[in-house]
Amino acid sequence: MRNKCIGRRTVAFACPPRILAGETVVSKIEGEGPLGKFFDTVLEDDTWGEKTWELAERKMFEHVVRAALEKANLSPGEVDILLGGDLLNQIISANFAARELGIPFIGLYGACSTMAESLLLGAMLMDGGFASCVACAASSHFCTAERQYRMPLEMGTQAIPTAQRTVTGAGCTLLADDTLIAKAQYQAVYVTHGVIGRVVDLGVKDAANMGAAMAPAAADTFVTHLRETSQTAESYDIVVTGDLGRLGGELFQELCKKENVDVAERHVDCGNIIFAPDQNVNCGGSGCACSAVTLNGYLLKRLEAGDFRRMFFMATGALMSTTSGMQGESIPGVAHGLVIERR
Amino acid sequence: MTNKKPATKQELEYQQLVSERAPKSKVLAQCVKAFLSGGLICCIGQLFRDFARLCLHLGETDVASFTAIVMVFLGAMLTGVGVYDRIGSWAGAGSVVPITGFANSIVSPAMEFRPEGFVLGLGAKLFSIAGPVLVYGIGASIVVGLVSLLF
Repeated sequence: MRNKCIGRRTVAFACPPRILAGETVVSKIEGEGPLGKFFDTVLEDDTWGEKTWELAERKMFEHVVRAALEKANLSPGEVDILLGGDLLNQIISANFAARELGIPFIGLYGACSTMAESLLLGAMLMDGGFASCVACAASSHFCTAERQYRMPLEMGTQAIPTAQRTVTGAGCTLLADDTLIAKAQYQAVYVTHGVIGRVVDLGVKDAANMGAAMAPAAADTFVTHLRETSQTAESYDIVVTGDLGRLGGELFQELCKKENVDVAERHVDCGNIIFAPDQNVNCGGSGCACSAVTLNGYLLKRLEAGDFRRMFFMATGALMSTTSGMQGESIPGVAHGLVIERR
Repeated sequence: MTNKKPATKQELEYQQLVSERAPKSKVLAQCVKAFLSGGLICCIGQLFRDFARLCLHLGETDVASFTAIVMVFLGAMLTGVGVYDRIGSWAGAGSVVPITGFANSIVSPAMEFRPEGFVLGLGAKLFSIAGPVLVYGIGASIVVGLVSLLF
């Protein structure tokens, strides 16, 4: 029975889940960025009083879930499913935070696409009748990502101009159906459609240029969705990509143009807007938290305020590991999409 | 080594587009910066060298050891207090090539992996960056030594 699909990859929810609340935490540098005033918590110290950065990331993950529940006046026991992940090996931030939270948990790894991946699956689980309240969360930390993927922090090397800075932070979105009695931060914001990403690889090998590696996946997801639903880019007030950065964002627009989709006017990349150009971050932000905090801190608020009505939100993931990189493999990319509407 | 088929036309076109659009490193400006900063570090080394020779009256071998020890100490200390990475982000190769850069490449993983314990963290990762330099440096010196022995 396949009765909620439009074409091959777009799913249309019969009962669109409502976004109840969103919660964010970021570190100091994101707090000093252009979106600083939209975040719920800005940390002064990126270890948050913990002994290691891994513990700090875990704490952020747990914190955003608890704080989002508090906003909605719910307890962890009232959430049916927790979906989420992060960038670390064996997604330890999400797994260990879930141990403390005690909510039935499905761990996800989609690299930086995790926020969209968790929302997509969360909405599908709800529309399938398997849950009436789902928490979707993702986190990343500059220091934990650097030591896993790159060089020690104190190593005196130069940043590459195409590189992006991993956002330190975590974001959580609460999805609920109308049967749940809760205090809502957002009154009328719904997830109406989802698009499952395809893994696309056009042979970019440079791990310091992940925006370029992921842009083809984003273009593939967006263009496919428009064709399947017979829409044009004008059907959306805003088209958001997760962390393509300056170069990747440009390439995404270019690739869409080749398919006769002109998205330049309405395209916003989270990695581009989370940092100001003078913050010394080269091509912008990246990491699971980049799209997670921009969506939950900034975009949902603008949607609720009525600044735009229909948003196509994609988070993009670069699916390589240090091993695959050292063995000379190129970087596969994926982009999951969601249609988020104010009704 | 990799499992991929030869690049398709679409892939080649895209890679071409990426390299056209990618912001470039400012090679010339970087070379000047590296020259100045590397030169400055070497001048500081020379100062310690002269100090050892003229003030401490050390012999030629001891002068070399003294200078190396002082410069490694400075590199390690600046890494420890979190300054060397900032110098490196401006200087590039200028602060990587001198012996202070070698100290930086050993102390930075030591600091980074301390939470994983003294043996499997700090101990195992200490030479994770400097290791290849040592392996091929010592390897090359053995070859050169053999050549000079033979001819």
